[in-house]
Parts: sequence; C-alpha cells; structure tokens
Amino acid sequence: MVRRPQFERRFREYFLGLKLLFALASSFAFTSPGEALEALPVKEVSPGVFVHQGRYELFTPRNSGDTSNAGFIIGRDGVAVVDTGGSPRVGAALLAAIRERTSLPVLYVINTHMHPDHIFGNAPFEAENPQFVGHAKLPWALAARAERYLGINRELLGEAFDGTRILPPTKLVKDRLELDLGDRKLLVEAHPTAHTDNDVTVFDEETGTLFLGDLLFARHIPALDGSIKGWLTLIDALATRTDVKRAIPGHGPEQMPWPSAIAAEKRYLAKITDEVRAMIKEGRTLAEAARTAGLSEKDAWLLFKEYHARNVSAAFAELEWE
Amino acid sequence: MEVTPIKRTKFSLVLTALLALGGGVAMGMGASAPVLADDDPWQDIHRDVFDNREIIENDGVVELEAPYRAEDAAVVPLTMRLPASAGDVKRLTLIIDKNPAPVAASFIFGEAAGKGDRMLSTRVRVDMYSNIRAIAETADGKLHMATKFVKASGGCSAAASKDADEALANLGKMQIRTFQDAQAKDRSPALREAQVMIRHPNFTGMQMDQISRQYTPMKIVQEMDVTRDGERIFKMEGGISISENPNFRFTFAPGSEDAIEVTATDSDGRIFTASSARKAS
Repeated sequence: MVRRPQFERRFREYFLGLKLLFALASSFAFTSPGEALEALPVKEVSPGVFVHQGRYELFTPRNSGDTSNAGFIIGRDGVAVVDTGGSPRVGAALLAAIRERTSLPVLYVINTHMHPDHIFGNAPFEAENPQFVGHAKLPWALAARAERYLGINRELLGEAFDGTRILPPTKLVKDRLELDLGDRKLLVEAHPTAHTDNDVTVFDEETGTLFLGDLLFARHIPALDGSIKGWLTLIDALATRTDVKRAIPGHGPEQMPWPSAIAAEKRYLAKITDEVRAMIKEGRTLAEAARTAGLSEKDAWLLFKEYHARNVSAAFAELEWE
Repeated sequence: MEVTPIKRTKFSLVLTALLALGGGVAMGMGASAPVLADDDPWQDIHRDVFDNREIIENDGVVELEAPYRAEDAAVVPLTMRLPASAGDVKRLTLIIDKNPAPVAASFIFGEAAGKGDRMLSTRVRVDMYSNIRAIAETADGKLHMATKFVKASGGCSAAASKDADEALANLGKMQIRTFQDAQAKDRSPALREAQVMIRHPNFTGMQMDQISRQYTPMKIVQEMDVTRDGERIFKMEGGISISENPNFRFTFAPGSEDAIEVTATDSDGRIFTASSARKAS
C-alpha cells in the first residue's frame, strides 16, 4: 500500500535540498502495513531523554496526526514512552525511533491525558506488551468520548486513522506512581482537573526533566477541556518547583526553561478568566463572550481561531457558577 | 517492489496530487452540503415527532440563532426568538437532527410568557455536523420552523462532561437571576429577562465505564416548570441533548412581585425547587 503523507514529506525535503537524491530515493520504498516505517525525528534533550516535536496544526490526512509532542526515556532495563502521537502511523514511527536507539523492551506507555493527538498512537505499542499508564479518571473520560473520537477523527485523519483503537490504561494513577527503569526513576503525578480531568505529569528525577503534556502549551494556543480555575491553580503550584531543570510541553518546542515556559499560558488563561467574569457580572451571554472575550491575545498564539471561542465557551460555563 | 528512484518520484507526485484533490473535494462536500438524502434523518423525525403534519418554513414566526460552528461541542448556545407578530405560541420544540435523541427539548408556554418579542436561550450538545430546528406551534395548531446548520467542532472536543465528579457533587444546586437590561425597554410590551441554571450532569447514559464494564445509567433533568408569581412562564420537557448544568435564559411578562419559582424533576425522580427573591434586581 502507498502511504501518501510520507511521500509528501519526502518531497518537501527533496525540494528543500535537505537530502541527496540517492538518500531520498532509498527512503521512498513502498511500505505496507507491518513493514518497518521511517523513524520519527527526535531530539535528545538530556541524556537518555528524547522528544519529538509535533506540528502546530489540526489533524489532517497530510500530517497523519503528527500534531503533538511525544517522547521516551531510556533506562538500564527498558523504555518509558510519554504520549504516542495522533495516529497508529505516528505511534509506529515513534517506536521505530526507539528501536534505532535501543533494543530494550518498552516497559511503560504513559498517556498524559485523553486527547486523540496524544493517545491514538497507542496501538502499535501493544505488541511490546507494556503497562499503559494513565490518570485514574482516564478510563472513564475515554469511555465517554470513544464514539465521538473514533467517528470524527476517521474523517479528519484519512487513511492515517487506519488501525486506531482506543486503549485505556492498564495501570491507573490516583495520586503518584513511581516507575523504575533500572537506573532511573520516573514519577507520574495525577493532577486535579485542569487542562482535562485526567492530566498526569512525568518527572525524570535524574535529569530534572518534566513532561507536562497539555498542561503546558507554547506557541500553540492552550485548549481548555477541564477547568480554567483548576488549571490556573495548578500552574501556580507547578511554577514553584525548583527541581525542574527543563519542561517538555505537549505542544511547543522540544524543551523549555522552567518556570518561564508557562508564563504566556498563564497570562492567556488569566485574561480569559478576568474578561469572562466581568461579562457574567454584566449579565452578558455565553454566545456574546465567545465572540468578544480575550481577543487581545489573538496575535500571541498559533491556531487562535480554531480554539479560542471554544476556550471562552468552556470558561463561561464554568465561571458562571462562582 | 523495486522501481527506479525517478519513476517513483513522478508516480508519487501524480498520486499525491490526485489524492489531495480527491481528499479536498470530499472534505469540501462534507463541509458545505448539508446532508445527503440517504442519511438525512429529518423525514423520520418529521413523521415520528410531528406525525407528518405540514410545517411552514421561515415565515418569521420563529427565529433561531446558532453559532456557525459548535465551538465547544458540550455547550453550544442556541437562542430562539418569537417576535410579537408571531402571536400566541403554545409550544416550541428544539430538534438536533443528528444527535442520538434528536428532540433536545420541548417548551410549553403559559400566561406569564407574555405576548411581545419573546426569547428563550439554552445550551445543547452537538457532536456532529447537523441541522438544528426550532419548531413553534401557534394557537391555531399550525407548525412553523426555522433551521440552522451547525458545523462540528474539532477532533478533540466532545460533548462529554469536563468533570463528571464535580457535576455530581453539586447535583441539584440552582441559580435564578433576573436582569434589568436595556434591551427590555425596546420590547413591546416590555418583557423582563431571567435565567435559570441547575447543576446536573445530564448524563446521556450511553458511555461504558471501561474498568467496571458497566453502562452509566441515564441521569437527566426531564422536566422543569418555571413560574412567575405562581403563573407558568414555561414548562420544559428535556432530553439528553441539553448540556450538562442545564441553563435557560428567557423573557417573561412582568407581574406584581416578579418572583420566579422553579421545580425540576430528574430521571431518578429527584425533585429540585428554587425561587428568586421577590422584586429581584
């Protein structure tokens, strides 16, 4: 079978002169399901910690669902994966990137939260027989959305969607969970409702690397699907952490300095909160707020048009109960 | 399969273009054409809900305001307007064609609804591209309809609860607010505006808990009676398409005290009541 998005990616690289013709051609092999895929590009942000940066885009057939960051940590005894990308194709390419670096088993696949762009790549990891790790509320959150997620994203992703299955976690995190990779420990922490009601962070103690999932957006506008008040409270708590040497956002660069990385997101959420609160007080409606609140943030973010009105709607429905 | 590099390049370029074109056309159709006749559920809804009675479209008796796109699939604001010229409207039915239960709600109006330019807003769940319809039944028994097509929101947005535990923890808590707004002065005769909110998860009952393998039972606000000084403004009969924490904003004819009273009943038989302060501001 022909895999279209790979062809397109190859073309761009070709015309940009990023690869020699021979190298380009050799990477053009027709792949069929089951054959080895081109590995996802990843960057080693600190020893043994690798991050792939997704595109600042919505799901399209062209990007195969490669729209969020995914990473992995290699320890003495095995590998832990943090998010798997937005399609089985991206998940398989992430696995290929791991296999270029180690043959150790994948012990854990941690999903930072329920959204398709972080979890649809789970299926290719099933054969590795890892523990799938997630927030205690993740199974329920997925159950409530499975039909919608599978239905709408089949259209949005095109053939990259093929093989998508929603795999709920096999190991739940209610509060904190320590994962052992032999010579390094990972701390998975479950948080109260913020970006969603099932956010976890993953901390690699050895290097001080904190994977925040979508608790941290950079450049890509934050997307609110939980509690704006809870998110702001959590940001303040996380920002005081001095053991964090670098932050890995769910959408944004491969790594960012801490805590300055989260300042823009905090400003955006605080601005929406203030403006929506004022409109509720004046007796204005959700529909009016969705059209007018927070527009001064427009130029500060990518994908503003796609997410902002939705964020305001969700914030309004929450804040009117104060 | 082995092909020379150049041939592969040409072949895949053509293929890419063709696929992109095909994909673009398919997407374009999905976005602009309402629904194909084959999967248009309206005929069945018309038969089942309205017994195939004649429905007059877009004659100004009822107007429907809906966003172009369901920004947050869980809370899509809809406003229905009945201009003074619409006369006596007995019932207003809100239909979302493609939702699992298309009848979102029915509103039966009483004396305190008034006769001027009336308005009623609520929020609904919209998971898919769908036609949304407001159908008014006038006192003469005729049906009048306004329709809006609403696009679905993105692939990460869903109509599910953002925090089910929070919604359950505060079950039944109500807020009633009346507004002294500038718009009211322009209405003829002057109507006032109020809002009723109730904390309720409005679970659709269709999700399976993947750990317990149990389906959550449906838990929704089925009926809500709203009165002013003891006279009915409207009675709402609702379904699973009404958003979590049901919210209704509406006009009413002023009375001597303007005391709003609400009695809501949910599918578990719980009854919730609340009333506003008299002459609230």
